[in-house]
Amino acid sequence: MKYALFLGCTIPARARNYELSARRVAETLGIELIDVERFVCCGFPIKSSKQFSAELLSAYNLALASEAGLELCTLCSSCTSALTEVAHELGYKDESQLAAVNSHLGPLGIQYSGRVTVRHFARILIEDIGLERIRKSITKDLSGLRVAVHYGCHYLKPSDIYGGFDQPEEPTTLEELVSLTGAEVIDYPGKKKCCGGPVLPVDERVALSLAKEKLDAVHEAGADLLCLVCPFCSVMYDGNQKGIENEFGVNYGLPVLYLTQLLGLAMGLDRKALGLNMNVVKTKDLMKKIPE
Amino acid sequence: MNSESGKHRVRAKLETRAQELTERLELQSVRSCYICRTCTSSCPVTFIDPRFNPLAILRMVLYGKIEEVLNSDFLWLCTSCYSCQERCPQEIPIADIMTKLKNKAFKLGNAPVGVRAQMDIIKKAGRTYPLDDFDNKKRAKAGLPELPTSCDVVKTLFESETESLK
Repeated sequence: MKYALFLGCTIPARARNYELSARRVAETLGIELIDVERFVCCGFPIKSSKQFSAELLSAYNLALASEAGLELCTLCSSCTSALTEVAHELGYKDESQLAAVNSHLGPLGIQYSGRVTVRHFARILIEDIGLERIRKSITKDLSGLRVAVHYGCHYLKPSDIYGGFDQPEEPTTLEELVSLTGAEVIDYPGKKKCCGGPVLPVDERVALSLAKEKLDAVHEAGADLLCLVCPFCSVMYDGNQKGIENEFGVNYGLPVLYLTQLLGLAMGLDRKALGLNMNVVKTKDLMKKIPE
Repeated sequence: MNSESGKHRVRAKLETRAQELTERLELQSVRSCYICRTCTSSCPVTFIDPRFNPLAILRMVLYGKIEEVLNSDFLWLCTSCYSCQERCPQEIPIADIMTKLKNKAFKLGNAPVGVRAQMDIIKKAGRTYPLDDFDNKKRAKAGLPELPTSCDVVKTLFESETESLK
């Protein structure tokens, strides 16, 4: 199984722990991730300002994947939605739109055929690898852990572009994947709420308040960690956790792990190989709850 | 001209202008809203900061106050989480409408500084977080492949687009 790995902007600069753990888990499961050096921003961060430019960026990336004859595997949920939306639009709607996009790609010597599939890493795990095969790679029992999962928004929405993957109102895929590790998945209020990341450049107080609401709920529910699948959600909950604690006079100390880090631990992979030393909220105490 | 007919004329003009803008931005679907308030009660931002209220924005668009929306700060508080759009019983693409309104506001020069900065950086570097040699050193240390530190493609894409809009 072979995919072009789309890293986007946030991961190479701010979430190398996610990248490392995804690569290690992929290796363990026999997934081949191909690096395409020429990939650029997916366009999501400028969609609110100039949607057409954003779509051009997505189309350029899709064209590169198409040129390599590969499906796209994304790690960031915002990249997933931006790229999938454009793949969906250009693949199923009128051909004039594809022609318009290609006229702009022309000067770069590349054309898009309109036929590239984009899927998030977790979706590929569910759909192409399957829970049973993943279970066979699990060597450690993480039943000592209480895990809260955060789906975020664009892993599931807008649902009309995701071809029936999971259910936006009652999603289950992350619970299914985390449960493979033996960990207990716990529920908490506001599970489907947004991390606030997209408004960080607009109004920091609103963005941090949104993140705080979730950290409050997860902390209150007694979770040992928050597990997620998007680097920007992690910026909000892990990267900004200390800032939220200071700003609002609260205290969480809540480790935030990527799904791939949690799966990697259950696969017996080394803590450092999974980039756990790069998580902002320290994970050392958490490790004591995991068998040697 | 008495003041009553003057007011009437101003209102008629505003309504025509609103209708024109609504059509140009393809926002006609807002007319099917029956004010159930599912959007607003689903909005995580409204819960934190009532300045942002999706239903109010839809009604403002419908009743000729579209320019007030385009000049507002609150429009930009939408996180594009799609909760409203997913749940709207009339299938009004509310989040997509917010994107169109923000696009229009950006064009009018009304975007917040942080949003404009994000655009400038992507135009220049092709990434939200440009990478430098130091990043690549850290990547190499972690056993990760090197990535390009500059990007000309984006310039060509943006130039080609500007050219076609002339």
